[in-house]
Amino acid sequence: MAGAGVALTQPQDRTASTAAATGATTEPFHGPRQAGVATPAQAHAVFLGLDLRAGVDRDGVTRLLRLLTDDARRLTQGRAALADTEPELAALPARLTVTFGFGPGLFQAAGLAAPPSVAPLPAFSIDKLQDRWSGGDLLVQICADDPLTVSHTLRMIVKDARAFATVRWTQRGFRRAAQTEEPGRTQRNLMGQLDGTVNPLPGTAEFDRAVWNSHGTTLVLRRIHTDLETWDAADPTAKEFTIGRRLSDGAPLTGSREHDEPDFQRLTPAGFPVISEYAHIRRARVEDPASRILRRPYNYDDGLTADGVPDTGLLFASYQADIARQFVPMQQRLAEADLLNEWTTPIGSAVFLIPPGCGPDGWIGETILT
Amino acid sequence: MSTRHAFASLALAAVAAASACGSHGAASSVAAAVTGPIAPVTSSSTATATALTITDPWVKTTKEGMTAAFGTLVNHSGTDIVVVSASTPFAPKAELHEVVNSGGKTVMQPKKGGFLVPAHGTHVLKPGGDHIMLMGVTKEVKPGAEIPFTLTLKDGSTFKFNAVGKPYAGAKENYQPGGSHG
Repeated sequence: MAGAGVALTQPQDRTASTAAATGATTEPFHGPRQAGVATPAQAHAVFLGLDLRAGVDRDGVTRLLRLLTDDARRLTQGRAALADTEPELAALPARLTVTFGFGPGLFQAAGLAAPPSVAPLPAFSIDKLQDRWSGGDLLVQICADDPLTVSHTLRMIVKDARAFATVRWTQRGFRRAAQTEEPGRTQRNLMGQLDGTVNPLPGTAEFDRAVWNSHGTTLVLRRIHTDLETWDAADPTAKEFTIGRRLSDGAPLTGSREHDEPDFQRLTPAGFPVISEYAHIRRARVEDPASRILRRPYNYDDGLTADGVPDTGLLFASYQADIARQFVPMQQRLAEADLLNEWTTPIGSAVFLIPPGCGPDGWIGETILT
Repeated sequence: MSTRHAFASLALAAVAAASACGSHGAASSVAAAVTGPIAPVTSSSTATATALTITDPWVKTTKEGMTAAFGTLVNHSGTDIVVVSASTPFAPKAELHEVVNSGGKTVMQPKKGGFLVPAHGTHVLKPGGDHIMLMGVTKEVKPGAEIPFTLTLKDGSTFKFNAVGKPYAGAKENYQPGGSHG
């Protein structure tokens, strides 16, 4: 601690704070699996969808991925990228992760067959997909607890990528700020719900079976618009009936705590299910933990119309070992009948293979492209 | 000695120095203030040159014309090393340049006497400073490509390395051939 004489010379705000700064905290980059999947979700994210330029072949894709891997390797560890014009902005990575995903078009450009489920999803009746939020050959997912770090990383990545690719979409999202809640808490979305209660837990056998496959994993990124104007018109009871959980603490309507198992058999005195046949949690339910998806969603809030109507929703990032076995059947059940569909509309959809990680000498995609 | 090993020892030294200051007790989960790891692997060809490595070598991408290469030359020996020339198959002519202020204008010109890398020291090549200038580039320096270079040292030995092509907006100093300086 500073002595009294020193303290007197300090501005008051310098002595008032005792909180430790956490910006220097890093997540590992190297490893058999890419970071940014099992990593506890950071507060800020941007998902960048790139389309390869015509004529970019396997050699081009390789050079691109070597450059971007090098950027990610340095920036995630708090070091400036090579030829970084703002090296000072690299100093606080704030748990930065940079995760790469390969869309069907990348495999095509490289003259390779994509794994079977890395293809556009079947059409769902609820979809109102827009081209500007869908598809993409290469995904770069950038997450950190600091938005300035995310912006600098995105800038560096795009500068190295644009000789090879054009930007198809940029989707920014956020969760609670890093220090707002204890780590590991389920996040709330902009509809006010706790979102992601039933999620595989990293470090468990169920997680490994649900998420990882021999290639790494897969990502389904759905941009889901939420209509907060009509949601406002629903009363709290209707909102809880829609989901099957309490808004206050996320407990199932048959339980008292968030992580209580829902009792889907329980009936009201009048003989109706307490958790509706069409409640979101019943329709989304997957009994086998190894067949569940890993949700790592981010909220988006992209401004207001002149009348104050918000453009809000969820960047629904779903990771699973097998899209066809895990994601598609669940999405099909939700599309067929989920009370929540009245307020939510998928407007973007993209599918990527998340290839394995790499070592200090390697680059992301080396096992696929060489 | 490979660049990787050379860097690892430097990194350890830097971490040790940081710990010695004892201010924040750098744990493995906290970013250490060390300059970057290595990109391309380098190789050296002769006795003197084994004392020399380069950290983070890169070249500004270009389709043709002029461009420049950068990085940090590291001398692991107890004797000064002087780089007197450079070459690359991507350009017929490569020069060792410095950037100087000439009459209020920043210009670059050949560096007389070459690059001195002091014993157990470094010499930084960076935009706005000393660099290896490529003139009349005949083969596109593509982003992400590995561009081979050979440096010739004062004792006649050579040092080879690869530098990675990086898109870069800067490094547009005016060239003053021949040099009026020094």
